[in-house]
Amino acid sequence: MDNIKSLEENFQAKVDAEIKIEAKDWMPEKYRKTLIRQISQHAHSEIVGMLPEGNWITRAPNLRRKVALLAKVQDEAGHGLYLYSAAETLGAERDQLFQDLNSGKAKYSSIFNYPTLTWADIGAVGWLVDGAAIMNQVMLTRTSYGPYARAMVKICKEESFHQRQGYEIMLTLAKGTPEQKAMAQDALNRWWWPSLMMFGPSDKESTHSAQSMKWKIKRKSNDELRQQFVDISIPQAEFLGLTIPDKDLKWNEERGHYDFGAIDWEEFWNVVKGNGICNKARLKARNKAYNEGKWVREAAMAYAEKQSYIKHNQMSSNKATG
Amino acid sequence: MNDTLFKYLIQLGDNSLILGHRLSELCGHGPILEVDMALTNIALDLMGQARNYYQYAAEIEGKGRTEDDLAMLRDAREYRNCLLVEQANEDFAYTITRQFFFDAFHLPLMEAMKGSNDERLSAIAHKSYKEVSYHYRYSSEWMKRLGDGTEESHSRIQDAVDDLWMYIGELCEVSDVDQAAIDAGLGVDLNAIRQTVEQNIKEVLKEATIQIPEISFKQSGGKSGIHTEQLGFILAELQWMQRAYPNMEW
Repeated sequence: MDNIKSLEENFQAKVDAEIKIEAKDWMPEKYRKTLIRQISQHAHSEIVGMLPEGNWITRAPNLRRKVALLAKVQDEAGHGLYLYSAAETLGAERDQLFQDLNSGKAKYSSIFNYPTLTWADIGAVGWLVDGAAIMNQVMLTRTSYGPYARAMVKICKEESFHQRQGYEIMLTLAKGTPEQKAMAQDALNRWWWPSLMMFGPSDKESTHSAQSMKWKIKRKSNDELRQQFVDISIPQAEFLGLTIPDKDLKWNEERGHYDFGAIDWEEFWNVVKGNGICNKARLKARNKAYNEGKWVREAAMAYAEKQSYIKHNQMSSNKATG
Repeated sequence: MNDTLFKYLIQLGDNSLILGHRLSELCGHGPILEVDMALTNIALDLMGQARNYYQYAAEIEGKGRTEDDLAMLRDAREYRNCLLVEQANEDFAYTITRQFFFDAFHLPLMEAMKGSNDERLSAIAHKSYKEVSYHYRYSSEWMKRLGDGTEESHSRIQDAVDDLWMYIGELCEVSDVDQAAIDAGLGVDLNAIRQTVEQNIKEVLKEATIQIPEISFKQSGGKSGIHTEQLGFILAELQWMQRAYPNMEW
């Protein structure tokens, strides 16, 4: 018992001293579990996030945008891959993580349960959804678990690029015809509130926060990050000449921040619980890809086994003759 | 305007565009995450090639049309891609077989096109050849994995080969555009690469334990603008924005 206690103290001392925890270091079981849950949720979000954006690849308005969107969605797959690898360093198995996603047991960012209805949504997702994700991810580049922090550094660079790309789509639309500008405004109207919800429940409601802050998995609270996002986004919307759909939005001189209206948490929890318009479709698409890929994965495995068997036999017969 | 070069570029561009489109439909839906990324890579290469051809074609046409006008605002009968590349992603076996057949042709095509007397076309071929070498290696490896993997994968890949076999003859068919381009010294003599294409296909199928179909008839028409029913649906998505919102910047 004392032994465990001193291990825990050592661990916390390391965290407090800003020394990164590495895969082979001792760590409390709950720290490991929290990280596996968080990293895999993050990985799943990248993978499920490919779906609403992937929707528009075949319909992108021109070749330049099509290529940029393809490359972007491919980047998300790459992010998923780094993150699954980071989860694997903690003893998780990729296939099990997929199964947890497909069965609905594991969560992913609820934002991807909203539909992408027009081309402007691809702009709004890049600008706002990637923008909100970056707030969180920049913080995570300093997270206490080394492999996660390092994966985040790479991911953040690409995400900032995606965000600029999304903003540039919005800018083009905002400077375009009245029809295009209306398309951009409509996308902002639909994506603004769900983007604010991406930071999760407010600090008083958040169940995982306190321990995660102590372990320095998280370094800023949900509300702090949300405020930071609002403050950054408002001048960006003004530059576009678009209106943020919140009548309570007002600069608060005293706080040095924007005040904003109440978030509809009922909607948030509803979507988290699976009642969003796309929850079923997203899980269905992931299950379909997984199930239809089963024979492909089996074939790859069987072929690799045959090849290694042949190689092994060749080596033994070489030995025998040599 | 050099009409032969223009038409030759359109034929090349359409093959890359339509195959790239088919692959791009799969982005986010692949059987394995790594495969998803690799197929998207190939789609990106093909889209990049299509853009190179269309941009060049738009320039030499000199009528103010852009790469997007050429890619997205022609009628179905004006597309000159081979029938093979527009065939649907029935399953992963079809996707890989379609890719492999095209790569087996595309690789020697690009190799020969390096020698085009048109400098810009030759430069595009040099760049594309590197990309296509990777595509060919990738699709060949999957042919072998699926052919010599499990019973199920073997039967699926055999079905795909049987079904798509009738489209490979068209790849090396010499159209009027090809003939004019050959005569002008800018295009590839498809008769001269046919044997390599056939050999590429047969060698890999053999190693993959896939039976070579005993089908001698071939389907063609794509190169003269008579397509399968598949193309219309591709264009419905590909062209939708340009048709619904004409003359706008995106």
